[in-house]
Amino acid sequence: MATFKDEGVVLRTMKLGEADRIVTFVTPEHGKVRAVAKGIRKARSKFAGRLEPMTHVSMMCWKGRELDVVTQVEVIDHFRGIREDLDRMPAAFTMLEAVDHIVVERQPADGVFRALTGGLRTLSEGTGPALLGAFLLRLLALEGVGPVVDSCASCGADGPLVAFDEHVGGFLCRSCRSGRPVAPDTVALVRQILGGQLRAALTAPPSRATAEVERLATAAIEYHLDRRLRSAHLAPDGR
Amino acid sequence: MTARPDIPSRTKTALPADHAVFAGPIQALVDELSRLPGVGPKSAQRIAFHLLEVPKEEAVRLAAAIGEVKDRIRLCERCFNVAENELCTICADSRRDQTVVCVVEDPRDIVAVERTREFHGTYHVLGGALNPIEGIGPEQLRVRDLLERLSDHNIVEVILCTNPNLEGEATAMYLARLLAPLGIKVTRIASGLPVGGDLEYADELTLGRALLGRREVAG
Repeated sequence: MATFKDEGVVLRTMKLGEADRIVTFVTPEHGKVRAVAKGIRKARSKFAGRLEPMTHVSMMCWKGRELDVVTQVEVIDHFRGIREDLDRMPAAFTMLEAVDHIVVERQPADGVFRALTGGLRTLSEGTGPALLGAFLLRLLALEGVGPVVDSCASCGADGPLVAFDEHVGGFLCRSCRSGRPVAPDTVALVRQILGGQLRAALTAPPSRATAEVERLATAAIEYHLDRRLRSAHLAPDGR
Repeated sequence: MTARPDIPSRTKTALPADHAVFAGPIQALVDELSRLPGVGPKSAQRIAFHLLEVPKEEAVRLAAAIGEVKDRIRLCERCFNVAENELCTICADSRRDQTVVCVVEDPRDIVAVERTREFHGTYHVLGGALNPIEGIGPEQLRVRDLLERLSDHNIVEVILCTNPNLEGEATAMYLARLLAPLGIKVTRIASGLPVGGDLEYADELTLGRALLGRREVAG
């Protein structure tokens, strides 16, 4: 049987039979990989602590027809900063869920993989209020469906952009406006995120713009995926 | 039973009528049995034919046991463990320490903790763990019932005994934050290496926690 090696981030796991789990990864070379981790639910499993969701690993698998089988795993990063902080978890879960819906099995996903590991590392090191919004927008841009941000998505006018409508695909000018109204700061922040000034955007202090970017990015990705992101609408801290 | 929509080869649906190879009642039994977790069509067939061969009393005893479990077992009103009466045997036992509550995800976890014989308090079954990706938030768990219980009784300690995985840890952190204002002692079960395990194969997270949670050894 053929084996392959790749890096991966565990997106989610699902119980299988008595002691196994199906683990879903996103990998740079093989896209989404679904593989069986045998015996992982037993206390002495050598996999158990390594194949938790949100773990960056280097792994080896048997290639199967429908499901692969995990043979070896080594951890690259556990993202402990996220794991041990209830306030950072919702953003991390939303990132994993969005990636799970976007990547396709056996189709290289290098860009998405790098965006996810980068996003999780940043989140693990400290929260940026614009991080989740920025991540989702980057994901859309990688998919080739990034929102139009430089001019009105409907008429192309440069004019002041005052609204965002995910159905039209970007920001809109005063005469074309539909969807949700947005502040000028929000437009500027989105331009920063998609225009190569990500680092600057991530250090922005929490503001109305960062909250608005997160909301419109969530709406845009949900429109693109044609489904709700469940983790984006649950507040596990009970607020 | 957990549905596994992603694995077509394992989906448990009865064969279409024209595939029925056995006389009606046997086929019906095979179909029912193959709905059980871990029982495929072949095992279902074997069990069905075994039941056909055993003395009638034995088969009827099995049928009666299934009926009885469905009729008589319900959830304990206090801790949501499986119970025969209003209270489960643990909640009803006056020798148990009612001031300590061990919070678990599932009634089966109670069995696991009971087998240790190290715990003499009572339990609270949440009915799962927080899992945003599956859409399970605090409202889907018995968190409110736990809070009500804690305000009513003389409880001095809550042990968070959820699974040491991402969802279980998130649940424990959430509960710890929720319970902090109540002034009750909240503890989390330790996590470390399994007895009979091997350091060489221990993962970094587990071994790291085992080191953090080390204890002084009396000489």
